[in-house]
Amino acid sequence: MNRFRAIAMAALLAAMASLHAGEISGEQRRSGYSFMGPDTRAMQDDDTSNPAMLFVLDGEALWNKRTGSAERACADCHGDARESMKGIAARYPAFDKTLGRPVTIEQRINLERARRQDAPPLAYESRDLLALSAFVANQSRGMPVVAGDDPELKPFLDKGRDLFMQRQGQLNLACSNCHEDNWDRRLAGSPVTQAHPTGYPIYRLEWQSLGSLERRLRSCITGVRAQAFDYGAPELVELELYLMSRARGMKLETPAVRP
Amino acid sequence: MASALINVPRKAKRGDIIEIKTLMSHIMETGYRHTAAGDLVPRDIITSFICRYNGSEIFRADFFPAIAANPFMSFFTVAKESGKLEFEWIGDNGFSSTASASITVE
Repeated sequence: MNRFRAIAMAALLAAMASLHAGEISGEQRRSGYSFMGPDTRAMQDDDTSNPAMLFVLDGEALWNKRTGSAERACADCHGDARESMKGIAARYPAFDKTLGRPVTIEQRINLERARRQDAPPLAYESRDLLALSAFVANQSRGMPVVAGDDPELKPFLDKGRDLFMQRQGQLNLACSNCHEDNWDRRLAGSPVTQAHPTGYPIYRLEWQSLGSLERRLRSCITGVRAQAFDYGAPELVELELYLMSRARGMKLETPAVRP
Repeated sequence: MASALINVPRKAKRGDIIEIKTLMSHIMETGYRHTAAGDLVPRDIITSFICRYNGSEIFRADFFPAIAANPFMSFFTVAKESGKLEFEWIGDNGFSSTASASITVE
């Protein structure tokens, strides 16, 4: 009898778990912003108290600065970023025809530096690259994410989705185990959240600085005690692509503040 | 590329209490951290902040290593006369930066 009860109990628990598991439906999706306290929200809402705006200002200066042996500024080709960069970040990572794979905003900036400005690439997480990507993405603030629409992205999107669902590391956890199955719970006192990357690059209070989505992904991967992919690795770009397509329709907040 | 963000109301009524908010770009390296090789990262912080309203000092703050990067200050004053608010940050390694904002008092 006891054994029968245990089996019934296990079946019930499994059914409960499957009720919650799986992709988060449209109206249930929430930005990380909605999990934050009132103080951190106020910090993000006011452009004169959001420290990420300091990087956006730096990015604007870099946008207009001539660089590389071509002595050309971003503005020399693209003009006023307020017009030309509007909505661009909302569709990244985007497919690059020459490379035949998706590239992130950071990679796009470095590709343009190589192709048009004849300038050396900026290092991942360097102040200049973060500032430029924050400035570009800031021009899409308030616009809905449309990433992943391009049919050429399909195979990469699928790989990103597989990686999201793939258990990894010594803790044997997939991204989805936390961010889809347990997003409404807490981990060490902090909300788990749904992993919608709507505000990158973000100013993370823990980092005391701006950081890219790849930095965030790498620390999550290290957190489950797996070997993190290198910056710019195709796996990270595919994961980024999947996460952005998963947030399709949500509004960009760049530059967001997160605890 | 040191830069500051200043938030001062452009207009105020005489006698109004106004909020002044400043955000300064700075790494605020504590001087207590070590590199992977074990070397001490030298202290590099802002040590003082001063605000002057038409030349007279209305607010001053001393900063210490525990203050976060990109320090944000918020304080209040009484709008007495139209003019200029000047801000000054001084720190380690000869760091010095200034900014200003004007206010019209009616």
